[in-house]
Amino acid sequence: MNPAIVISASDNVATALESLEPGAVVQAGDVTLTVVDRIPRGHKVALAHIARGDRVVKYGSPIGTASADIAPGAHVHTHNVASTRGRGDLA
Amino acid sequence: MTEREVVSRAAGLPGRTFLGYPRPDGRVGVRNHVLVVPTVICSAVVAERIAASIAPVGAALPHLAGCGQLGPDMTLTHDTLAAYCGHPNVGAVIVVALGCEQVVAQRLADEARRREKPAAVIAIQTEGGTVRATEKGIAVAKEMAAGLAGATRQVCDAASLIVSVKCGGSDYTSGLASNPAVGRVADRLVDAGGAVVLGEIAEIMGAEHLLAARAASSAAATSLLRVVSRVEAEAMALGLDIRGTQPSPGNIRGGLTTIEEKSLGATHKAGERTRLEDVVGYAAPITKRGLTVMDTPGLDVESVTGMVGGGAQVVLFTTGLGTPTGNPIAPVLKITGNSRTAETMADNIDVDVSGVIVNREPLDAAAGRLFDAMVETCSGRPTAAERLGHREFAIYRRNPTF
Repeated sequence: MNPAIVISASDNVATALESLEPGAVVQAGDVTLTVVDRIPRGHKVALAHIARGDRVVKYGSPIGTASADIAPGAHVHTHNVASTRGRGDLA
Repeated sequence: MTEREVVSRAAGLPGRTFLGYPRPDGRVGVRNHVLVVPTVICSAVVAERIAASIAPVGAALPHLAGCGQLGPDMTLTHDTLAAYCGHPNVGAVIVVALGCEQVVAQRLADEARRREKPAAVIAIQTEGGTVRATEKGIAVAKEMAAGLAGATRQVCDAASLIVSVKCGGSDYTSGLASNPAVGRVADRLVDAGGAVVLGEIAEIMGAEHLLAARAASSAAATSLLRVVSRVEAEAMALGLDIRGTQPSPGNIRGGLTTIEEKSLGATHKAGERTRLEDVVGYAAPITKRGLTVMDTPGLDVESVTGMVGGGAQVVLFTTGLGTPTGNPIAPVLKITGNSRTAETMADNIDVDVSGVIVNREPLDAAAGRLFDAMVETCSGRPTAAERLGHREFAIYRRNPTF
């Protein structure tokens, strides 16, 4: 089993199928990357540098906007991705 | 028919048929319940006791409404209860009234009779209290159950099915395995002439562009975009971030970061090539073959209640974290793509498709197993939720109680 799966070719994140530890080298789709954070099972890891304000893409569609710069191999979750939908707090 | 007989008879049928109950209105039931409907919360306990006397044929619809409601909420309560009285999974109806409430018992009974089902009304105030109303109800229920016991299942076409697709307790496995497996079943069913209904408008937010692109008409696409915008505006009017309820805390622990991500995984349930034919209101009749989107909230029980009200006879319900929800009259199959949940909540799970992730089971093979399980369920095999007595029912409401 691949430890991380890339769903769509245009995605910039992969989903970890098992927990990944920092320093682990994983093959995710066409990308070989070194994990820099602990990635819990089922969570996402960045495939490339994602700049603050860039779209985070999974399933080939945007799932939100990076709220901080994200390094390749970093954990991608609520701490660095903001939703763009249903944001009454910003209205 | 025993469970073993059902499975062996159903297994001998071609893949597009099942053993059901054809109804005079042209629809087909997959169950044959005596439905015991309280008009109002005040008669719910009596209704539940009457239904329990003929378990598992008896199905009560305990609910919190039926009085103290104005305008749209009152109409929705009435229409939802009437939809269950007319539902093809119901063979006979007992309406249990209090006597002073807003919901009109006779109207519910008339809906059943209009579809040639036996129906009776019992009013607690008229009968003279709980004991007499319950006794009378039990006597009527036993008579109705005996009448239905003679009905035999007949070979029916899968094209007569309206399948509700639903997810709850989602995690990362939902978008990878269980929702795509349900989606392939949806595609196969629609190819065979059947219908699929998807609810949970909040969980389409972020994926509406994909469904709108598959709309059969510009009217259907416009209706979908309009209903998603309305729900988003309602959430935003509260001045809060929807994250925390969409996705839920459990979804977030399970790896889902935003509502967009949850929605993109969730809409896989509706298939990859089904065309969006129609968008309908809560519990409103589903009249088109192909894909219909129903305006329901994401909350599992309210959502399933609405889609079954619309005419769905069976529910395919995916879960990553595990959830027990059933329905009083429709079998709800639980499908998980999470191998741990398949073990830790084995009681609640009907179909395990985690092999798609952990053993490279082809998605088509998993979908084939699921389609077979759905057909066997429609032919009478009880689901985990039915065996465990899960009969959750809740009618959506928008306004205060007065």
